[in-house]
Amino acid sequence: MNRITRLTALLLLPALFAATFADEIATMRDGVKIVDTPKPAPIPRVVNEDIKTQRSYPMQPPLIPHDTRDYELNLQVNRCMSCHARRRTEESQAPMISVTHYMDRDGNFLADVSPRRYFCDQCHVTQTVTREVYENEFVDMDELLQRRTAEETDD
Amino acid sequence: MQYFRKIWRDFGRPSVHYGIGSLILGGFIAGVIFWGGFNTALEASNTEAFCISCHEHEDNVYQEMKETIHFTNRSGVRATCPDCHVPHEWTDKIARKTAASKDVWGWLFGTINTREKFVAKRRELAEHEWARLKANDSLECRNCHDFDYMDFTLQSLRASEQHSTSLASGEKTCIDCHKGVAHELPDMTGVEGY
Repeated sequence: MNRITRLTALLLLPALFAATFADEIATMRDGVKIVDTPKPAPIPRVVNEDIKTQRSYPMQPPLIPHDTRDYELNLQVNRCMSCHARRRTEESQAPMISVTHYMDRDGNFLADVSPRRYFCDQCHVTQTVTREVYENEFVDMDELLQRRTAEETDD
Repeated sequence: MQYFRKIWRDFGRPSVHYGIGSLILGGFIAGVIFWGGFNTALEASNTEAFCISCHEHEDNVYQEMKETIHFTNRSGVRATCPDCHVPHEWTDKIARKTAASKDVWGWLFGTINTREKFVAKRRELAEHEWARLKANDSLECRNCHDFDYMDFTLQSLRASEQHSTSLASGEKTCIDCHKGVAHELPDMTGVEGY
């Protein structure tokens, strides 16, 4: 391979790269050109019904069934705890945070929320009224078990 | 002392050179000018532009407020500093304004002239406002938010539940639950309800 061929290949490589990924980038931007500003989708409404939703599996952190806009959650304040803390639940009638939140990583119970469980929204989230971006193929384990029992009885 | 005695004596003596008409009229005009000027100055000091002319206010509380619902919201109605921090009734307003003259002291001596100093003092400052609003039954909130015109059907379940019981009976007032609705909260350790 002579020098000119090598140089040409080196120059063409970025062009080839760009051609390969151009489509993918365009897809992520919903086909809007890179020089144009896409029109943002409307912000969906947050579910604020205060009705508990079923957990998809036993270990799932419960979803937040209410709006949490402007709830401060930082080192100074934890607004969630003003209803969900042990001492606040009688007045608020909100569910108390589970006992596991009082445990440190060695399983010892502490007097107050364990620092590693302090930031509620690391696990607990609100839900919005919106269309699914991808179809949800999650199958409840009870249904899986039922299917297997059905298969076994078929055999 | 001699000088003050002379002034006091002159004060009680009948006028020799000026007619009673010109004194009454002059007094009236001077009164209008003084009163108008006083009220104009008072109102000028009762604007957001005046409040945030101090960097302590502009860099801390004003910036924090910009993210809250009392600054920007769907209908574009917003509260300015005096809407919440100064009573609208004249006598209460004068009392509040007099008390707030301590702010000038704080400004002169740089009590909160850095972010660190402000954050360190935030709990104390917040407690003053909570105590004031608790004592006047959240008067400044109620200047806009009138309980009599609340439509509970438009409120969330929790909100209507609490407004129709604790707030309606007068057992609680706005500030008891709605702290930090326009600024960041301080360390809330030990505050009732937190």
